Amino acid sequence: MHHVVLERWSRGSSFVHRRDARAKILALLAFLAVVATTSRSFEWLAGFYLLLLLAAVISARLPVAGALRRAAVVLPFSLTFAAISWLSGEPRHAALLVGKSYLSALAALLLVSTTPLPQLLRGLDTLGIPGFLLMVAQFLYRYLFVIVEQGRRMRLAGLCRGGLKRRSGGFRAAAGALGVLFARSYDRAECIHRSMVSRGFQGHFQLLSSARFGFADAAFVCVAAGLPLAASLAARFRG
Amino acid sequence: MRPAAQNPAPVISVRDLHYRYDDGTVALAGVDFELQPSETVALFGANGSGKTTFVLHLNGLLEGRGSVEVCGMPVKKETLKRVRQKIGLVFQDPDDQLFMPSVLEDVAFGALNLGLSPQQASARARIALEKVGMIESLDKAPYHLSAGQKKRVAIAGVLVMEPEILVLDEPTTFLDPPGQRALTRLLRELPQSKLIVTHDVDFARSLATRAVFFEKGRIAGEGPADRIVEQFHWDQKQYNRC
Amino acid sequence: MHIPDGFLSPPVWATLDLTAVPAAGYMVRRAQREFEEKKVPLLGVMGAFVFAAQMINFPVGGATSGHLVGSALLSFTLGPAAASVVMIAILAIQSLVFQDGGILALGANIFNMAIVGVIAGYLPFHLWGAGRGRKAAIFMGGVFSVLVAALLAVSELLISGIAMSGTVLGVSFGLFAVSALLEGAITLAVFQALESLNPHFIKQPNADRGFALGLTALAAVSLAVVGVLFASTHPDGLEKLAETLGIATRAKPLLASPLADYEAGFLPSAWLRKAGAGLTGLGLIYGACALLGRVVGRRRSA
Repeated sequence: MHHVVLERWSRGSSFVHRRDARAKILALLAFLAVVATTSRSFEWLAGFYLLLLLAAVISARLPVAGALRRAAVVLPFSLTFAAISWLSGEPRHAALLVGKSYLSALAALLLVSTTPLPQLLRGLDTLGIPGFLLMVAQFLYRYLFVIVEQGRRMRLAGLCRGGLKRRSGGFRAAAGALGVLFARSYDRAECIHRSMVSRGFQGHFQLLSSARFGFADAAFVCVAAGLPLAASLAARFRG
Repeated sequence: MRPAAQNPAPVISVRDLHYRYDDGTVALAGVDFELQPSETVALFGANGSGKTTFVLHLNGLLEGRGSVEVCGMPVKKETLKRVRQKIGLVFQDPDDQLFMPSVLEDVAFGALNLGLSPQQASARARIALEKVGMIESLDKAPYHLSAGQKKRVAIAGVLVMEPEILVLDEPTTFLDPPGQRALTRLLRELPQSKLIVTHDVDFARSLATRAVFFEKGRIAGEGPADRIVEQFHWDQKQYNRC
Repeated sequence: MHIPDGFLSPPVWATLDLTAVPAAGYMVRRAQREFEEKKVPLLGVMGAFVFAAQMINFPVGGATSGHLVGSALLSFTLGPAAASVVMIAILAIQSLVFQDGGILALGANIFNMAIVGVIAGYLPFHLWGAGRGRKAAIFMGGVFSVLVAALLAVSELLISGIAMSGTVLGVSFGLFAVSALLEGAITLAVFQALESLNPHFIKQPNADRGFALGLTALAAVSLAVVGVLFASTHPDGLEKLAETLGIATRAKPLLASPLADYEAGFLPSAWLRKAGAGLTGLGLIYGACALLGRVVGRRRSA
């Protein structure tokens, strides 16, 4: 499954993996902003951006074909709208749409494939996103697969008993299944809460360690953000 | 008969405990119980007999009528923090207990809550993980572990608070026989007084000297584990002869 | 509808990112006040539930099936602020882990689905959930949560200059209507299943708010959304409207006048024009919601 693969990739080791999550987040945001605001000479710049991303993928020791393929998840959506643009007589706009969406998806994939999600959330915490929200996301991610598995087993059990495909009965059965899944999730949350409180939870989650932003991280941000920005500005002033 | 002065005080002392759910059902109808230091006691009883409800009173998760004392302290709002350090509860499903992203963070959770610094908590967590034999997995995420490994990490998460009493609720659920054996070995090595709620008779017999039988919110029998099992027909062996 | 990166123009995604930040911050603070950190696991687990729920198929006539989107149901069981926080977490995970929705576009997606979508879905329940129109309120909540979010997404794409012919728009609206109706039906069915399991799962609204107030509220929000849609399909038309209004009602502190003068005087670029149109629409929505909140709040204390 997709997220299992990403999990595995994110636990690899490389120069990119070892960078502080904040550096990678800032680099990504800068890169996305540059791509989004590029319009002139996009054909050349897109090629340059792609090369930069490929260089990062290789230095992160990620499988190149696999990464390119996973980023293509966005293509069905953008190709549809691109086709509409093309047919309305704006081929350039169509190309921009496909190019920008793909490059952005690949860049985002790079971030998530080189940073385990909990570390990513920690990085966002120090960048100012409310801790409450991030803890909710952390718990969501932790229990995502547990509850999805439960849901899958319920669905399978339902199928074994003649399927959820009967006309109106199927609808009611599916609603009942969701009700039960909800109740079990609610109970699970209660159990988690009990074990938190039993281990002395005082009302505030505390962090074990704080990551440090070093020279290598600063250098990474400068290069990762600086190169595309420089290229984009150069094209703007030349054109 | 030893003179009273030489008898150490019980680590858990429950007197006439009553508890009723919101909808009125009586869960506990007057429970008297004592756990002596270094003792391991098994709690038997049918589902719904009140075993788990009883256990939740021991660290103040539930509050009923009657008296509950842990290590000489009455379990009240003011003493909860200290009580929860003294008595560690390990729940049935380790997935509900390992809620942090990595093993180390999860085990350190309890230590951080006690007010230790991140460095101290991290060091204590490592010691606890060594004790349960899971030190190599400290950076792993919980779902990468087997049920038996998760159970051991859950126990480490409680040991890190340096409790005097361990309470385990159905610890062998989800464990295969090798996992059960590993758990038995681990529990034998731990010096804390233990209370084990379990359906697994063999597991109980290999660890507990005394057993207590719950029935309809009361303790219906108490004594050596073997006698209780026979008295209440709590053994599967009778069916093996068919 | 999760908008990927590369679709929205810089003024649109930037404005929405900036708008989503205080809105999300407000929801987080509100939820934190209502729930405290010890309930964080509940919110996280409910978010995971929504993910799992989206896997279960609801058969609809023969070959097709739909699934629950969940924002309305979350607001009925956790309250709108917590539902909003959970939806934000869901959108973030979908964007980061599943590449469903862009990162710069996250502000837009959060605004559409986690803020306005949740509020729109919760409103009918808040107003009529305690009275006899309960089932209809729940159904409508489901419908609005999906419909409003989808309409906003389309508006944002149009403002960004994404070409959509009449046919495409028509087909899109048709699809939105179908999925909105489906969400209403599924939400109602699951709601009833939950209630029969344990009535405590539902966060009951205080009292029946009455028909008139509800209608006014809905009208306000609908006008705002339609306004945005209109603005997005006819950005020039809105300017003309603004100018006309500016001449006629110079004294009134409404949106139009300052906007028209400012634009003509200082920055006549297309950039600001589009941003202006977008901001106007957003201002309308915020105004409507704020007014609504105040009126409802007053009613409650009365």
